[in-house]
Amino acid sequence: MTSQTTPLEYKSHQSQMNILGFWVFLGAEIVLFSTLFASYFILEHNTAAGPSGQDIFILKDVLIETFLLLTSSFTCGLAIHSMRNHDKKGLLIWMIVTLLLGAGFLYMEINEFIHYIHEGATIQTSGFTAAFFTLLGTHGAHVTFGVFWIIMLLIQLVRRGITEKTSSKLFIASLYWHFLDVVWIFIFTFVYLKGMVM
Amino acid sequence: MTFDEFFVTGDPLILASQIAIGLTLIGLVALVSYLKRWKWLWREWFTTVDHKKIGIMYILAGVLMFFRGGVDGLLMRAQTSRPELQLLDAQHYDEIFTTHGVIMILFMAMPLLIGIMNVVIPLQIGARDVAFPKLNALSFWLFFAGAMLFNLSFVIGGSPDAGWTSYFPLAGKEFTPGVGNNYYAIALQIAGIGTLATGINFVVTIIKMRAPGMSWMKLPIFVWTTFITSIIIVAAFPIFTVALAYMSLDRLFGTHFFTVASGGDPMLWLNLFWLWGHPEVYIVVLPAFGMFSEVIATFARKNLYGYKSMVYAVAGIAFLSMLVWVHHFYTMGNSAAVNSIFSLTTMMIAIPTGVKIFNWLFTLRKGRIEFSTSMLWALAFIPCFTIGGVTGVMLAMAAADYQYHNTMFLVAHFHYVLIPGVVFAVFAGLYYWWPKMFGFKLNEKIGRWHFWLFVIGFNLTFMPMFFVGLDGMSRRMYTYSESTGWAPLLGLSAIGALIMAAGFAALCYNIYWSFRYASRDVGNDPWNGRTLEWATASPAPEYNFAVEPQVEQLDDFWHKKKQGKTGLKKSELKSVHMPSNSWTPIVLAVAFGVVGFFLVFEWFTLAVIASIGIIVGLVANSFDYDEGYHIEPEELEEEERKWRGDLQ
Amino acid sequence: MNAKSHRFPWNHLVGFVLSIAFTLLAVFVAFNTDFSASTILWIIGIFAIFQAAIQLFMFMHVTEGKEGKINLFNIGSSVILALIIVFGTIWVLTSGHAHLH
Repeated sequence: MTSQTTPLEYKSHQSQMNILGFWVFLGAEIVLFSTLFASYFILEHNTAAGPSGQDIFILKDVLIETFLLLTSSFTCGLAIHSMRNHDKKGLLIWMIVTLLLGAGFLYMEINEFIHYIHEGATIQTSGFTAAFFTLLGTHGAHVTFGVFWIIMLLIQLVRRGITEKTSSKLFIASLYWHFLDVVWIFIFTFVYLKGMVM
Repeated sequence: MTFDEFFVTGDPLILASQIAIGLTLIGLVALVSYLKRWKWLWREWFTTVDHKKIGIMYILAGVLMFFRGGVDGLLMRAQTSRPELQLLDAQHYDEIFTTHGVIMILFMAMPLLIGIMNVVIPLQIGARDVAFPKLNALSFWLFFAGAMLFNLSFVIGGSPDAGWTSYFPLAGKEFTPGVGNNYYAIALQIAGIGTLATGINFVVTIIKMRAPGMSWMKLPIFVWTTFITSIIIVAAFPIFTVALAYMSLDRLFGTHFFTVASGGDPMLWLNLFWLWGHPEVYIVVLPAFGMFSEVIATFARKNLYGYKSMVYAVAGIAFLSMLVWVHHFYTMGNSAAVNSIFSLTTMMIAIPTGVKIFNWLFTLRKGRIEFSTSMLWALAFIPCFTIGGVTGVMLAMAAADYQYHNTMFLVAHFHYVLIPGVVFAVFAGLYYWWPKMFGFKLNEKIGRWHFWLFVIGFNLTFMPMFFVGLDGMSRRMYTYSESTGWAPLLGLSAIGALIMAAGFAALCYNIYWSFRYASRDVGNDPWNGRTLEWATASPAPEYNFAVEPQVEQLDDFWHKKKQGKTGLKKSELKSVHMPSNSWTPIVLAVAFGVVGFFLVFEWFTLAVIASIGIIVGLVANSFDYDEGYHIEPEELEEEERKWRGDLQ
Repeated sequence: MNAKSHRFPWNHLVGFVLSIAFTLLAVFVAFNTDFSASTILWIIGIFAIFQAAIQLFMFMHVTEGKEGKINLFNIGSSVILALIIVFGTIWVLTSGHAHLH
């Protein structure tokens, strides 16, 4: 790895440390979500006469959410690809597309939650709903935070252009975004599919 | 909410403390105003990002919390010193053992260790600061906000009273409806975020900021233990975050994670608490092992015996620490397979720990031992900690644990582990690194008083508990009848506690005395040390090292001293980049504290309004492109001449 | 890791198509096959792991940079820890007398 081929976001020692630190933070996030999953698996059958997953989950909505988030992860990757080509416009456009897809995901998820509440499954209903809403809510809160975070970074990008600092910040935000997609894949598989099949 | 629900009233002890706290606060504000030191405090301390100053603030907070937790301990020993005593009622006793446990673990042991880590680690690896100085300041202020919020419960709203482990269903709203346990859930959450950030910070610092040439097997052992401790922090604290979030949701929003009637599972709390709680024990004890290793090697005038085996032992303990959590609740009715496996993993921990004990002993063997005060603490640690370790193996056997579980035997065991393991280490570390922090030594003669009073008091306090425990006394009993026959032993224990308190007082007097009278002429290397922190001035200058050290071997500084190669060439001086102070950490932490306070009282509208403060802090931080500043070679030269004399 | 690659980002496209495909396959296996519930769970679980690996290696470039090995170690140990937490918790809380159902 010579200095010519090093991407801008890895140039300064501080940026390298920021990126490494964020990976370590993602390690902590893996532990956090696995704890939420573990608790969900313990409580998922304890519906206390309230609705179960099988009663309320709707495959179509969940699939739309999944495709929105998977696509946003793809466009986020394209944004970083543009960034490495020093293509500010491409970076900006793909990031905005990513954010719109993320917002679409959040819209679907909020509607889904409202639907569940109408079905009589609030967070206070049972052990199952408590664990379900907390796991999903933590993921949704992460996505919400990510949307606002990336908006802040895009403002900085517009003002400052692609620099050592803005590029490393955006790269870190992209890691965060892909990671949320990873978490969603497990939610999709082990909460929704498992809940509907078993 | 009425006045007497908000302020705790009706107990003369608490009333006296309320008045004392109020007067102290007014006095402090008046004193700082009189001395016109507000600006100085803000500029030099509140907004600092210097790891050494942050470390000192951690230590100061830790000593204060030691006092608070210690008073709780004294009250407990006083209450049980005679049978049927009415000094405290049952409720007050519950609150006191709860706050004693929480404060001693999370607000005394953690900040004292993290404080010493902060001061020493960047110096030992030859770095200018930690990887993320601003985040480091945020860690401290979040810890401090959490600690203050927790202590507020004492006078406003009422203290938590479900034990430091806060088991459900007792810790649920149904059985403890007051705000006390809300304080537990929220204050620990805030402090925990700070600790997690510290963990990430030190992992990256140690990976990326080591001096050139300092490869992994040339790291000082304290750096190794800190590195592995930081990994355990990153691995374990998110579990606690989740557990506390569940507790908050159950208590504040009426969810049913832990209430059986609606499909919750109280054992889930125990499971998550100890998934974090057991590694937490190693989080506090591993850096302590590192400190003892440094102190023993320095004062035995030998290199550490079995350095590599020490590293592997620490890594082994860290891995096993994640696999033993069930031994805290063998009696919940697990299957025999669960209890057997966790018995085995627990007993396996004795193997790497034994390796460490023998390494220390072999380091001492044939050494030219100097009995400095810090060395005394290290020497007292070995036998006292071994008693704690051996009784731990007794407790590890699931079948036998059905007898010991929740008795005073257990209380004696973990105090024999944590006091020698952590408190002795902190004392050893404070005496050892004090000159590096402040430029003068603590008095050795007063140190002797501190040492002997504390060690004798410690053994006198906790040794009797093994016997009353085996005799059937359960922990957390606020009183007992004459006919049990425990009175003499518990009376002895109370006397021991007083002697320990006298030891602590000796430490405080020592700090005062040394601050006033101790010689300021200690040089950069007062103990003839082995590691890099002794290569720079005492107290260490803000830039740490004028020139980045080059490392060739383990204990590099020791060998460089022998070869007379510790000098500094003027031509090597280069401009040093430093991070700027920042107001965002303290403002963010205050916002977190205020939001936390409103959440404790379930005033949600106010909490939402106050959280705007958090958002503003985060946004301001995101838009902050401060580049820091530089210290030029001329300034470095001037500063270095002060202790080196003329440069080469 | 090249700073400049004007080439079309094939790896991203392949990753994207694969993740969509695995999602649809998982749905198919879950709803349109006659496997037992635990077999289904194993299959869709493996698909999920594949998808996570796609994100990590093709989108997040976990191995790039000076700290590639450290990143892999970090993620690897976090995954092991996640397995300990999930399987440990299930084992401890659903065996023996603690089993609530």
